[in-house]
Amino acid sequence: MSDSLVTEITNAGNPVDAILRTDRMPHIWCPGCGIGTTVNSFARALIDSKIDLGSLALVSGIGCTGRVAGYVKLDSFHTTHGRAIPFATGLKLANPNLNVVVYSGDGDLSAIGGNHLIHAARRNIDLKVICVNNLIYAMTGGQTAPTTPGHSITSTNPYGTFEPSFNLPHLVEAAGAVYVARWTTFHVRQLARSISEAFKKKGFSFIEVISPCPTLYQRRNKLGDALDTMKYYKEKSKVRNGSPTSEAGLTMTGEIIVGKFVDRDRPDYGTMMRAQYAEALGDEYVEQDQREQDRMEHDRTENDQPEMVCS
Amino acid sequence: MKADRCTADPRGVLTGTHFIDGDHACCEGALAAGARFAAGYPITPSTEVVERFAARVPKVGGTFIQMEDELAASITLQGAVWGGAKAFTVTSGPGFSLMMEHIGYAVMTETPCVFVDVQRGGPSTGLPTLPAQADMMQARWGSHGDYEIIALCPNSPQECFDLTITAFNLAEEFRVPVMFMMDEVVGHMTEKVVIPPADEIEITPRRHTRKSVEDYLPYGTNGDGVPEMAHAGEGYNFHVTGLTHDERGYPNMTPPVQDKLVRRLQSKIRNAADRICLFEEEQLEGADVVVVSYGITSRVAQRAIESAREMGLRVGKLRLITAWPFPEKKIRNLAAKVKAFVVPELNLGQMVHEVQRAADGQARTFAVSHAGGGVHKPEDILKVIVEASKCRIV
Repeated sequence: MSDSLVTEITNAGNPVDAILRTDRMPHIWCPGCGIGTTVNSFARALIDSKIDLGSLALVSGIGCTGRVAGYVKLDSFHTTHGRAIPFATGLKLANPNLNVVVYSGDGDLSAIGGNHLIHAARRNIDLKVICVNNLIYAMTGGQTAPTTPGHSITSTNPYGTFEPSFNLPHLVEAAGAVYVARWTTFHVRQLARSISEAFKKKGFSFIEVISPCPTLYQRRNKLGDALDTMKYYKEKSKVRNGSPTSEAGLTMTGEIIVGKFVDRDRPDYGTMMRAQYAEALGDEYVEQDQREQDRMEHDRTENDQPEMVCS
Repeated sequence: MKADRCTADPRGVLTGTHFIDGDHACCEGALAAGARFAAGYPITPSTEVVERFAARVPKVGGTFIQMEDELAASITLQGAVWGGAKAFTVTSGPGFSLMMEHIGYAVMTETPCVFVDVQRGGPSTGLPTLPAQADMMQARWGSHGDYEIIALCPNSPQECFDLTITAFNLAEEFRVPVMFMMDEVVGHMTEKVVIPPADEIEITPRRHTRKSVEDYLPYGTNGDGVPEMAHAGEGYNFHVTGLTHDERGYPNMTPPVQDKLVRRLQSKIRNAADRICLFEEEQLEGADVVVVSYGITSRVAQRAIESAREMGLRVGKLRLITAWPFPEKKIRNLAAKVKAFVVPELNLGQMVHEVQRAADGQARTFAVSHAGGGVHKPEDILKVIVEASKCRIV
């Protein structure tokens, strides 16, 4: 290998740099953590699907995955614990032209935010939800989550968990999501492809990514290091597209059913809302976008300050 | 940056003379102020505000969404604000309790918005259909950490209209959540409400940045300590977090950054307190006793004050329209001249402690407390006025 080639590779940087706030690196995630891997797949999906980054907003809750919002060079919101989905709902409804992604962890989305998760799926709000599931509350030190598989050792179940855990794809399918997929951090290409597919859907999409927490979950449960976890994901994952989500429950060391489980269409919240108002109100109904245009005209004709944002 | 002025969008303004209750007037105030987004969760005695909004807003171009709980409602509205809307939510005691974390989020992220609390008796489920003024301290201190908010207290349906507009204007000017502290009686009483023509309603527009993407610092400020805002989807690629953050909006959890940020959030309100503090005063000159009241209680107090004057007592009236920031300077100046303050309120003693603190021993302070569920009898307030006028300056 010649010196010039080495120089060239070094200067090339990371292919997904355009999506990242490189001025915030290094990130806070532990060695072996899978969250960065999911961000890489996400960034690749954005680049591959040529999404307009200017109209993309990303909303996170609290936790290790909640920090994703701080590392992506997008309009990004690090909200409160469990409330990424309702914040994203307001953002999307106020500006329907935005592509809104919710990027958060299993505890944030399915425990403290569980109510919002099911209601957003029921309403079919046009959001793309990426749920990094590390089976644990990691930021706070490895406590039991609603997703922690039975018999796992955690800091709050030092003698092993005994609560049944959530099967998230099953939950969101039942609640009404139009797109449901699950991958692991071993499946980086499949994950990127699923994210790209979700961007083509209108409605509530949910992608679960099983991800290691070597610091707190794998270590406490003697499941080896990050590399051992990758081997486990590789060997025990079974790709079953279209598999019934009821069969996709997780155990500590068993099979992981992955794939695209649900891909269906039904009108999203905004479409239903506009149709209902139009039917009930006829000409009296003023669509939000129409109002924006009218307002700009109003400002142009009646206001001394045409650039003013004034409603 | 000094806020520019403009007038209301006429399509949201129901110009004319109406006979409506305070809840409905509040809704009309929000529409006149330019609010085109509300998220709510039903709770007595506040629900009529969003019921009317749900009926009105599709005709003026906007959205109402009924969320699954108040936790959701209080953050959904903030998402809408960052999407470009003027937004609010409406609730009462138990729901207000659930919203506290997101009041803190709005303070920290400087999200301009309005929280309407139509107060009812508490604690807990308390008296769902009956009045109280017992959330006044919660409005000020309910979220964790050090912060300042603005709170307004209307005492009539007309003020529910007028001051809702003021609430939105202050929220935009200072980029702060404004608490609109109604009570069940004001919310449910029906009176004449005059809604002026749109061009007579002043609206404070959003402090939207005009800087280029390269020059824009999301939390950079100059002069008055209030940063300029951008909305999602405009290409600024800004970051918003509830974590302690620097001028770029990036998390920076160090004591110096915390000190700078939290002090700025506090001082942008405190430094403008004289301008924010609205009150109505009557015969303060030469008064021996000043009755300090707010909301529905001020209307009962009026009767007591008039009776006391008929008895020959020298009684002044100070009605707080702005409860927070508390008009400390006003009370302190009065305390040097009067014998006593009498503070009737529908709680067991909340704002009275602020009056006492501001009076700082220069005048005596008497509470006229009431646990809620009704309003005071004027004679109960009168009795304390008479007692207070006999007292000697300490």
